[in-house]
Amino acid sequence: MSDNTAHEEPELVQLLTPEGELRTHPDYPFEISGEEARGLYRDMVLVRRFDSEAVALQRQGELGLWASLLGQEAAQIGSGRALRDGDMAFPSYREHGVAWCREVPPRELLGMFRGVTNGGWDPNEHRLHLYTIVIGSQALHATGYAMGVQRDGAVGEDGEAVISYFGDGATSQGDTNEAFNYAAVNNAPVVFFCQNNQWAISEPLERQSRVPIYRRAAGFGFPGIRIDGNDVFASLAVTRAALDGAREGQGPTLIEAFTYRMGAHTTNDDPSRYRASAELEEWKRKDPISRLRAYLEKQGLAGEDFFAGVEAEADALGERVRRECRELPDPAPLEIFDEVYAEPHTGLDRQRAEFADYLASFEGAGAEGGR
Amino acid sequence: MTDLTIGKAINAGLRRAMENDPKVLVMGEDVGRLGGVFRVTDQLHKDFGAERVIDTPLAESGIVGTAIGLALRGYRPVCEIQFDGFFFPAANQTFTQLAKMRRRSAGTLSMPVVLRIPYGGGIGAVEHHSESPEAYFAHTAGLRVVTVANAVDAYWMIQQAITSDDPVVFLEPKRRYYEKAAVDTSASPESAEPMGAARIARPGTDATLIAYGPMVKTALQAAEADEDHSIEVIDLRSISPVDYDTVTASVRRTGRVVITHEAPVGNGVGAEIAARITEDCFYHLEAPVIRVGAFDTPYPQSRLEEHYLPDLDRVLDGVDRAFAY
Repeated sequence: MSDNTAHEEPELVQLLTPEGELRTHPDYPFEISGEEARGLYRDMVLVRRFDSEAVALQRQGELGLWASLLGQEAAQIGSGRALRDGDMAFPSYREHGVAWCREVPPRELLGMFRGVTNGGWDPNEHRLHLYTIVIGSQALHATGYAMGVQRDGAVGEDGEAVISYFGDGATSQGDTNEAFNYAAVNNAPVVFFCQNNQWAISEPLERQSRVPIYRRAAGFGFPGIRIDGNDVFASLAVTRAALDGAREGQGPTLIEAFTYRMGAHTTNDDPSRYRASAELEEWKRKDPISRLRAYLEKQGLAGEDFFAGVEAEADALGERVRRECRELPDPAPLEIFDEVYAEPHTGLDRQRAEFADYLASFEGAGAEGGR
Repeated sequence: MTDLTIGKAINAGLRRAMENDPKVLVMGEDVGRLGGVFRVTDQLHKDFGAERVIDTPLAESGIVGTAIGLALRGYRPVCEIQFDGFFFPAANQTFTQLAKMRRRSAGTLSMPVVLRIPYGGGIGAVEHHSESPEAYFAHTAGLRVVTVANAVDAYWMIQQAITSDDPVVFLEPKRRYYEKAAVDTSASPESAEPMGAARIARPGTDATLIAYGPMVKTALQAAEADEDHSIEVIDLRSISPVDYDTVTASVRRTGRVVITHEAPVGNGVGAEIAARITEDCFYHLEAPVIRVGAFDTPYPQSRLEEHYLPDLDRVLDGVDRAFAY
């Protein structure tokens, strides 16, 4: 096989090193207040705690499944905080950090994984579409939504932008590539945010792409940028610039956040079957939270009181998540038939009536049922 | 009253829907300047502009996927899938997203999207241009599935499909595109039959012949040709839901049923209707429910399609079988 570009070390936008040092980048001048930096730290710690509580809840049988975001906090919190209130985000199913930024209550986020709903929140209220499980499907929804933004004239400096999240595996999907192309030919105000966490369940990046993912954008005719996905500052700055470009009529951007899935794909997965633990140790040194903590400490922007306060908040959040998860009510049996259609459907209406009668036939029967 | 072909009636219905609601968009491959390969969107691009009549890239999943996004933004997209056999790349977006979005969101999100699909055979086409995929759609909860057999229904039902808050698969019988009828385009929408209602296309007393889309004409010809029996022909119009009130009332009167469609009989729409009739009209039946459709094979090369598709004689043979009991 001939040599190919995948072997080159691509450029990567990094504004905060793993040691917590600030770096400058000519294209992304970056300033941040102490308050904002502390806010990002708090977001990342809290969402990591939420995530680890959810994993524990799954182990206890309270959730059917959980897809952990461990290691991807910077990519999600940075890009999530780059969104303006009116922007619209289309997640995959691991974007708990983005959901946190969009103020989706943890309870509503857990519903799908507990099996009490297939959705969970009002997408229009939070400006966050529902989690989408079929890989890459949401990239087209985001693009269509952005085409609607264009038709509404909601463009310009105060306009709206759209962001679509997906992973490295999704870049192999036809829908993702169709979304790139539709967005490009329509110059749609959408940002494609790919969290390249190196693994699509058990398949490493080289099974998905022969070129670095961000370079795909060039073939579609829009910019692609690789960022250090564990650098919350780079994620914030580059996403903000891409969103502003989108709203100002410059069309789509692909951001490849180069990060690492530190946990399993989901709670059903066992990464020890396909990857070496040394890899995880390597990425732990690039942890998104510890580098921001190092920055805050070195800059004298936060002291022990602050960090202890965030820890206490995380403990309280954990307690709340455990309680609210267990309190999520099971839906009533006849809810099966709700909202399948907006308007009456005679076939389904008959099935509902028959099932209601069937259920009613057990009324007064013992716990074992019977007629 | 204006004499319109089915194709032109859909065009007129689209035009009226676009005039009535600025959120209605038309999108698909070649729907713009060309007016679609069957000219169903003729002149719409000129009159409503490229923002509302969108020539899409040649990618069907992209058509339906971006239509979902446009619907989430408050638009009412009418997608043209160029041919029945080209729907399948859009199957994921249709079945996993479009059909389920309302339920997934507990009613928060509506999907007022229409998929217009020219379907059916009999035009001597190459492969993938003659198929009848309605059973796939009818088997999918969340979709409404309708088809038209005449220009009057074509004019009104496309408008009803567009105003529906549910996703509607609108199947257009391509070999009947040029069938004409007088359409009163000045009538009020309230005067039109509801989209979900079946229509008795020809009253009769001895047997019920159920058809939809391109087979309605064949069924009417069969009823005329059978001089020994009085055949009632039902034009189903809606495949999901099926108007069982009309169907079972007819069957209880006649006691004999033949169902015909172009699609293969195996696991087809006729099988479902037969099962329901058996459940609901068991003591009224004088004979088993007979199905007349295509064979359970891939759609054959066009030089064989006259043997594959049910025609007048095959329908009459089905009627004879019903009367043999």
